[in-house]
Amino acid sequence: MPNLSEKPQPLLAVRDLDAFYGDIQALFGVSIEVARGEAVAVIGANGAGKSALLKSIAGLIRSRPDAIVFDAAPIGGLPAYAVAARGIALVPEGRGLFASLSVEENLLIGGQLNRPGPWTLRRIYQLFPVLGERRQLPSTALSGGQQQMVALGRALMSNPKLLLCDEISLGLAPIVVRDIYARLPAILGEGVSVVLVEQDIVQALKAAHRVYCLQEGRVALAGAAKDLTREAIAAAYFGV
Amino acid sequence: MSVRVVFGSRASRAGTALCAVALVALAAAPFWGGRDDLVLLSEIYAYVALASLWNLLAGYAGLVSVGQQAYVGLGAYVLFGLAILAGMSPLVAIPLAGIIAAGVAIPVAFLVFRLRGHYFAIGTWIVAEVFRLLASQVSALGGGSGTSLPASVIIGLAPSRQLRDFLIYWIALALVVAILALIVLLLRSRYGLALKAIRDSELAATCNGIDVKRTKFLVYVVTAFGTAMLGALIFLQKLRISPDAAFSVNDWTAFVIFITVIGGIGRIEGPIIGTIVFFLLRQTLADLGTLYLLMLGAVAILIMLAAPKGIWGLIVERFGWQVFPLERKVVLEHFD
Amino acid sequence: MMEWINVILQGVLVGGLYAMFAAGLSLIFGVMRLVNIAHGDLIVLAAYLALVTTQTLGVGPLTSLIVVVPLMALIGYGLQWFVLNRTLGEDLLPPLLVTFGLSVIIQNGLLEVFTADSQKLQAGAIEVATMRLFSGVYVGVLPLLQFAVAVAVIAALQLVFYRTALGRAFRATADDPAVAQLMGLDNRHVFALAMALSLAVVAIAGVFLAVRANFDPAIGPARLIFGFEAVIIGGLGSLWGTLAGGLILGVAQAIGAHFDPGWQILAGHIAFLAVLAVRPEGLFPKVRT
Repeated sequence: MPNLSEKPQPLLAVRDLDAFYGDIQALFGVSIEVARGEAVAVIGANGAGKSALLKSIAGLIRSRPDAIVFDAAPIGGLPAYAVAARGIALVPEGRGLFASLSVEENLLIGGQLNRPGPWTLRRIYQLFPVLGERRQLPSTALSGGQQQMVALGRALMSNPKLLLCDEISLGLAPIVVRDIYARLPAILGEGVSVVLVEQDIVQALKAAHRVYCLQEGRVALAGAAKDLTREAIAAAYFGV
Repeated sequence: MSVRVVFGSRASRAGTALCAVALVALAAAPFWGGRDDLVLLSEIYAYVALASLWNLLAGYAGLVSVGQQAYVGLGAYVLFGLAILAGMSPLVAIPLAGIIAAGVAIPVAFLVFRLRGHYFAIGTWIVAEVFRLLASQVSALGGGSGTSLPASVIIGLAPSRQLRDFLIYWIALALVVAILALIVLLLRSRYGLALKAIRDSELAATCNGIDVKRTKFLVYVVTAFGTAMLGALIFLQKLRISPDAAFSVNDWTAFVIFITVIGGIGRIEGPIIGTIVFFLLRQTLADLGTLYLLMLGAVAILIMLAAPKGIWGLIVERFGWQVFPLERKVVLEHFD
Repeated sequence: MMEWINVILQGVLVGGLYAMFAAGLSLIFGVMRLVNIAHGDLIVLAAYLALVTTQTLGVGPLTSLIVVVPLMALIGYGLQWFVLNRTLGEDLLPPLLVTFGLSVIIQNGLLEVFTADSQKLQAGAIEVATMRLFSGVYVGVLPLLQFAVAVAVIAALQLVFYRTALGRAFRATADDPAVAQLMGLDNRHVFALAMALSLAVVAIAGVFLAVRANFDPAIGPARLIFGFEAVIIGGLGSLWGTLAGGLILGVAQAIGAHFDPGWQILAGHIAFLAVLAVRPEGLFPKVRT
């Protein structure tokens, strides 16, 4: 008889994470969890530590091995390429497209790891048809929104279990942002869990199941998106 | 509230005093040392000066040149040319060689500054090769096999051989002191501050109004000036010149680089320490021939990988010493 | 007139060899911004490895490639992994000084083992065979073969860089090493593979050098300089440009030599300096969008 009061193991568990940029501490004992099939938003003002959190999870910033547990294995001490091989894909802040590569080559290199899964070149072009039209162009020739799609598609090509999105709405017009977020259900539908770091709070709350709010490197608020009030969020965001 | 900039510390004042004592002892060397000692000391001075100049260029201005032998050879050939073809006294020819080299350095800088980083380094090497090949075309100075300094020129220096040895030794000492003094003065001036800024971050330096290009240009020309005078002096002492010897990459660049790296790049004291270590190694190991050079290469690699700041860099990190007062301290006079 | 055609032809043929010297150099700089000062000495090392191979195994120079190419590739991988990877970073002094030290070590090591005696690999009858191109113009079969191989090598490198996953990995890591890690690429491994590929090309160039002319431990730096000049004349970032640069250098040298043998190398330097003065980005640079 299954024990109904037992929660299933989260896909990602960050426990008491400290993160440093050189000598500067960006995160102080942050703990978050992401369940399978969940979309979690992380919001906060500039400098709150949102990017540091994603970079730590992705392995660009090293941590204590057990500070980050993914799929029941501690990954905090692993370098970024090893973390990617485990099934975590980061869409970096500013998109980070490879300027020497075409759109298609950027997508192909996302699939460098050859991990099995539903995401193929054709599937990505189905999700973002405009990319299929521009596949041979240098990635830098595309508009901001289209570049964001390339970055997203490139991350998906590695068939990740967990997708980390660092401010994908940055610098994009609202209509473009809506366009991109409209693809999120399809991504979640294929069984990919998502962490969304966002400055666009409205979009984040609409897209996510749960929300964490960071303030000066600490978790100031956590809860289901629909349960949080505006006042609570403003208080946590600005620290008043 | 007012501020004042102070150079030096207690350690550096002690260091400077030590230097003054050493200087007096060295100036008196002709009276306590034999001929071989004087020749060895002159060689040491030459390398200290060459390494200090290379250090200024690479460690401070960030211009890593693998072609300074171009100016060593140029200075030497100008001296020989002026002495042999124009009957000029070497004493006049040495500074003149420096000036001519500075003039040559200007168009050369125009060319090589079009390259950056590693490519700049190799570009300077190619320039040196061009000088070498051109020198071997000058049949008046012996072409490819070179020539010797005629006896008349040597005798014209001083009446006796002993006096000539003393004279050349004192010129060598004076030259190295002058060059080190020039470097210290440069680094204490606002150009020196500019160089430090450039070394730390070129972009930030430019944003603060520093004319990076002009500063580097100045340093390159000044270094050429000093290097050429040293080249003239070195070959005056050798009495014989040839293109391969005058423009030797090994003698004038490889050894100089090793000295600076081992001693500590970007610090004035580095080349001095490095030269001492280099000569100690040479005196003890030189009969090993190629094995010695092999070890030198290996040591340079190890130091670069393990202790990139060199021996003096390690000492500074440990003890915070400085011999030459160059660290600027801002002193607050009073609060209002 | 015929005389001039022959001069230029000789220049073109040796230019292919220079292009091979240059290709390995430009590959490394493209992928990891490293200029290997020991590059020329590694070419000479390959020549000596070929010498040892032909002597101990009793095979011809072309067959020795089967041993020398993989061996040099392995050396390249190890060199990058254990030594050169540690020097990469913002500061350009460490890689420059380490490869300089390496150059000294290789030269003196070879001197210790093989002495300064001039060596040459014998390729047999093919060395003196000539064929008629068209009326009055004859070329040596061996130089023609070497030229063809040089073009093939450059074409193969182009293929690797622009049509394979490995090439994508090279270009991506060169663009952005941090983001490349996010793709699952270990930078250390990618750089080591690039060096292995570079030294594989160096191996071929070294064997050809050994057959073509006398060699001794000291000729490395000159090969580095020729390769470097070919890269700059041709333009950074373009392999076909590097081929063109090599050809131009070879022709410049041939023309210089035609006037006076002592002017051969100087003519090449002057061509280089002229390009540097007038068109510093090179004749066929790859324009980055």
